[in-house]
Amino acid sequence: MKHPLPSADTPMASLWSAMGATLKRDLLLAFRRRQDLFNPLLFFVIVVSLFPLGVSPEKTFLQTAGAGVVWVAALLATLLSLDGLFRADFEDGALEQMVLAPQPLYFLVLAKVFAHWLVTGIPLIVLSPVLGIMMHLDGDTLPILMLTLLIGTPVLSLIGAIGAALTVGLRVGGVLISLLVLPLYIPVLIFGTGTVSAALSGLPVTGYLAILGAMLALALTLSPFAAAAALRISFSN
Amino acid sequence: MWAFFHRLGSPKWFYDISGKWLPWFGGLAVLTLATGIVWALLYAPADYQQGNSFRIIYIHVPAAILAQSCFMMMAVAGAIGLIWKMKLADMFVKAAAPVGASFTFLALFTGAVWGKPTWGTWWVWDARLTAMLILLFLYFGVIALQAAIEDFSVAAKASAVLALVGLVNIPIIKYSVEWWNTLHQPATFKLTEKPAMPAEMWVPLLVMVIGFYSFFAVVILLRTRNEILERERRTRWVKDIVLSKVK
Repeated sequence: MKHPLPSADTPMASLWSAMGATLKRDLLLAFRRRQDLFNPLLFFVIVVSLFPLGVSPEKTFLQTAGAGVVWVAALLATLLSLDGLFRADFEDGALEQMVLAPQPLYFLVLAKVFAHWLVTGIPLIVLSPVLGIMMHLDGDTLPILMLTLLIGTPVLSLIGAIGAALTVGLRVGGVLISLLVLPLYIPVLIFGTGTVSAALSGLPVTGYLAILGAMLALALTLSPFAAAAALRISFSN
Repeated sequence: MWAFFHRLGSPKWFYDISGKWLPWFGGLAVLTLATGIVWALLYAPADYQQGNSFRIIYIHVPAAILAQSCFMMMAVAGAIGLIWKMKLADMFVKAAAPVGASFTFLALFTGAVWGKPTWGTWWVWDARLTAMLILLFLYFGVIALQAAIEDFSVAAKASAVLALVGLVNIPIIKYSVEWWNTLHQPATFKLTEKPAMPAEMWVPLLVMVIGFYSFFAVVILLRTRNEILERERRTRWVKDIVLSKVK
């Protein structure tokens, strides 16, 4: 890869290599600023530990509320990391080059969102069983919780990209993103926690997982499209 | 048809023609709302189970219908604005968002007031109620985005994208009562079937729905006209209008 960014002077660069370059660059940037990766994770852990302290440390309460608490915390942690999805690239002009690149912006956005999920979603999923045990979830429900997060967190990143793209040029970004994105997160949250509570009461979970999967399919196909449109709008400012 | 569509691109043309529409919509709104209210509150028969408390549906159902259709109109206008760069569609989105939010709030509020005597609780976390609450948040999101972006056309495009994304929620609200077993009863009006209630009850409701739509049209026309005047304030024709009013 000669160019760190797919740019107009390599029109022959195929879509795959452009996406690969974007992904590689975003991952590299993320690992150069490791502390930024840890902050949402720390936030995730702290928010979860607030609930037993603030509401009730009783086992029965934690078992029923645990999955919801982990999900809400994961959702907020994702939200915290969203502002950085496009902002740095917007400020140094790299994003403008992506908008101008010959490759469709849809796929470049998809690559960026995938990178975002790899560095924020995956660590959340890896940490979730530890928090699940702290919330007294049993061994059978922990894999279900992880599975819902595995399907759900990419949806959170994808939907969040729309909000991040809409607010990238604005000074008030952070708070506004939450306002735009949280209502759209509610269905994911409902079905994510619904799956775990169904598993807790011994009901079949395949239906819930199918709906989560449908949300992922919908978000995967449509949200990069909306985010790309939003980025173009932000640049017309 | 296309000539009409093209003319919609001209704010001045719309300002003139909407001035002529306003009294008609206004008259219709006053007429239907007055008839509907009197009919619904005084003459419609009381429900055999719920007694008189059911009468709140004459506000609740029209407000809820309008809350959803306003969002759809906003999304359609947003799409038109994005595709054909029509200024009027942008203005519609801006004018409609707070109105839609008010109707959503009204629907939620009347629902809560009705729910207290009937279900015994102000609020349940039922699929349709939650979906309407999400709709309210989406409206707030559009309003907040409009307020955050200074450039008018960028604000309009950004909120159009948000409205189109939020459109996902509308079928969820619509079918929530059919997909899930909820406390909320199914739709009052369907195109394909006769309403489940007797005609003495649903005819006034229909009158109220028409009244709400006319009222909505009046408010939207007024707000859009204000928006036109504000945005086109540097043009000749707006100055002429202002000067003619001053004299």
